Amino acid sequence: MNPRDPARQPPLPIVIVGHVDHGKSTLVGRLLHETGSLPDGRVEQIRADSRKRGMPFEWSFVMDALQVERDQGITVDTTQIWFSTAKRRYVIIDAPGHKEFLKNMVTGAAAAEAAVLVIDAQQGISEQTRRHAFLLHLLGISRVAIAVNKLDLVDYGEERFAAVEAGIRHYLDGLGIAPTAVIPVSARHGENIATAGGRTPWYAGPTVIEALDAFPDRAAPADQPLRFPVQDLYKFDERRLIVGRIAGGRLKVGDTLRFLPGGGEARIASIESWNRDTPQISAAAGQSVALTLDDEIFVERGHVAVHPDRPATATHAVTARLFWLAADTLTAGSRLSLRIGTADYEVAVEAIHRVIDSQDLGQAEADRIERNGVADVVLRSRAKMVVDAFAESPASGRGVLVRGHRIVGGCIIQGPAEVTTKENRNLTAVAHAVGGEERTRAYGHAAGVLWLTGLSGSGKSTLAMALERQLFDRGYGVYVLDGDNMRGGLCRDLGFSDGDRAENIRRVAETARLFVDAGFVVISAFISPSREDRNRAREIIGPGFNEVYVKAGLDVCEGRDPKGLYAKARAGEIASFTGISAPYEEPLVPDLTVDTADLSIHQSLARLTHYVENRFGRETALGATG
Amino acid sequence: MRDLDHLEAQSVYILREAFRTVPRLGLLWSIGKDSNVMIWLAKKAFLGRIPFPVVHLDTGKEFPETYAFRDRYTVEWDLDLIADACPPIEAVDPTLPPASRLAARKTLGVRQAIDRYAFQGVVAGIRRDEQSTRAKERVFSPRGEAGRWDFKDQPAEFWDHFNIAVPPGTHLRIHPLLHWTEVDIWRYTQREEIPVVPLYFARDGKRYRSLGEEGITSPIDSEATTIEDIIAELEATRTAERAGRAMDHESEDAFERLRTEGYL
Repeated sequence: MNPRDPARQPPLPIVIVGHVDHGKSTLVGRLLHETGSLPDGRVEQIRADSRKRGMPFEWSFVMDALQVERDQGITVDTTQIWFSTAKRRYVIIDAPGHKEFLKNMVTGAAAAEAAVLVIDAQQGISEQTRRHAFLLHLLGISRVAIAVNKLDLVDYGEERFAAVEAGIRHYLDGLGIAPTAVIPVSARHGENIATAGGRTPWYAGPTVIEALDAFPDRAAPADQPLRFPVQDLYKFDERRLIVGRIAGGRLKVGDTLRFLPGGGEARIASIESWNRDTPQISAAAGQSVALTLDDEIFVERGHVAVHPDRPATATHAVTARLFWLAADTLTAGSRLSLRIGTADYEVAVEAIHRVIDSQDLGQAEADRIERNGVADVVLRSRAKMVVDAFAESPASGRGVLVRGHRIVGGCIIQGPAEVTTKENRNLTAVAHAVGGEERTRAYGHAAGVLWLTGLSGSGKSTLAMALERQLFDRGYGVYVLDGDNMRGGLCRDLGFSDGDRAENIRRVAETARLFVDAGFVVISAFISPSREDRNRAREIIGPGFNEVYVKAGLDVCEGRDPKGLYAKARAGEIASFTGISAPYEEPLVPDLTVDTADLSIHQSLARLTHYVENRFGRETALGATG
Repeated sequence: MRDLDHLEAQSVYILREAFRTVPRLGLLWSIGKDSNVMIWLAKKAFLGRIPFPVVHLDTGKEFPETYAFRDRYTVEWDLDLIADACPPIEAVDPTLPPASRLAARKTLGVRQAIDRYAFQGVVAGIRRDEQSTRAKERVFSPRGEAGRWDFKDQPAEFWDHFNIAVPPGTHLRIHPLLHWTEVDIWRYTQREEIPVVPLYFARDGKRYRSLGEEGITSPIDSEATTIEDIIAELEATRTAERAGRAMDHESEDAFERLRTEGYL
């Protein structure tokens, strides 16, 4: 408990939920008072404010701090307040109960590890009581105590309490939640909050505070399989740092990590930090770390590092229980972003299996989900998603739905989806009538991409055009993608910011991939200065990708300056010009290097042609496939 | 996991998330104990050097000790400091009470910095436990035009997923210390040996618990001359941290009005 104890643990976050008028804020005010957690003078101040408004004294005013709440009598948003019992510290989240504020309630309740559900003894279980209990289930909160409040209004009657208790136990049972306690309470009068005041002699169970103290400690995600979502990559100095917070499990220096969905593997060379006396050698769930690897494999934000013996699932489709917070309806076919950990996946709602009624837990077929609705759905993504079932690994088994950068819903992942239902069939890629192997045989060569990268003026375009002519004359299906035919059309909306450049390269890669599917040899001629962007292109295109470094020093390229661009860049007329005011990242292990400073155009071309013949030519291609 | 490590890891995650998702960031440094901790956490997040500017909203009315601290640690911490003067009191809404008007100069200072440096994100060291309107905040808090905070319609924020939309004319406030308490700040300052302005320690039976401008901040009675003493004092006290900040008490809703208009 002692704040000076260096081993002190984080507080247990709890949420108080229930119908708007059932007395949650009053209960919280009381809890703070009974545990001695209110600042001096606060109670007197509230008494004075209440008198000024001609209202009776309200414990809920402790929480309802904003003026508008006091005027309307509703809590507008969640607040967090700390208090301690003899056993441990708590941070208490007062989630508002009014229906239209459900998104605020989710915001509060999702952070909680345990909950108190408040029910008015007189009013009984309401629609909102059920809705909130249902939300606890959706958020995966299973440690729940029930406070049956306002017992003073029913003369502390045992029968009335028993009826409410039976009703809520029955409902929770349908959700798989077994409450740890059902407590008869009068928050206003302090009955069974900290102590039994003697008005409920028929009740032998715990008080609210005893029930809180009986909740087990936080779950220990450090014992789960390693899940390390990559948050960012830093290159502030010579180190390449992979940063993020460990969502589950633990890691140590020397461990082999597999980065999903790509599958690249490397070992942890070090765990870097600032202002530490001794180097860090291991870390566990909850910690934010910065790793270096022993190999420069392709890693980007959204990848998830795992131990190879306990991987997560990489899948294009998942089944999920989804809750929807936006004002419009969600229908099958809707497109959204699904954010899991640090990854953003563009998904479509492929199917709505059933909508679940939070009142009677009934399930119905439906083709739409209304605001505040809940449904079991299939979400399909073009890119592979790295997921776990929530039951196995909560942090990687849940996500939020995002539209226009705003969070509009959430979901719990049940598992990878099977592609068997009728509605799925229409949306899965149709198998082509002509296969890649057939094309290779018919055209007499394999398909692939020569990705030319290098500084402006290194000779990419010149070589690309000459090579296209030469290959075409030899019977190749060949095509050049360059700035002229890409920037003028498909990428017309893009500029030259880092983000636009990355998107430009992505579109080039996707286009190249289509040509490869069609059986062509593609020559792309773009500076493509970012190693990360080229790696992404490699990932999109797959095994047909060949990185060709068209190499010439800056002085050589600037000396050539065929378009006069270097002169303009030096004069400051072009912002972020590669080589002058923006970096060029050389390929680390290119498939082919053509040094145009040393070789003539003729020699360079010969080298490229030789490479293509070896890699895609009739002998290789048909030898490989036949 | 120990509670200070837990708090640190969460703040580092938030700072890195802001750096990754918000194009132009500025970190507000009031030179107070909280923002010193925030700078320390940012140095941890980015392995030694903060890769964006640190902004001091200078009213010209800070204590001399505060200025001395700023000048020394700007150099020692290798900070990229922006310390423009806030707009004058004449520019402030004249219907606000007097101390709130002084404080509102900082609101205008934030707007000025956003206009001048095109910040899309402003990192601020406010905490939920300081003040009840701050308890309503999000970690990533969208601000409308002219920096206004619409606390009635805040987006959902859960499972450490934040809203990162910055439509034209708006910005995000990012609050990496939202989940810390006053005692946490002191315990962390002690553990990490983070320097603080000496005004926090008692001299002649008085010390500052919360540091604002000269003239609208009053010291409290205290004998605390070390961080250890301060922590012991806070354990015993039931007085609010900002009791010495005049603008919080001028009228029931003065501070809420300040915050709705974009105050920190």
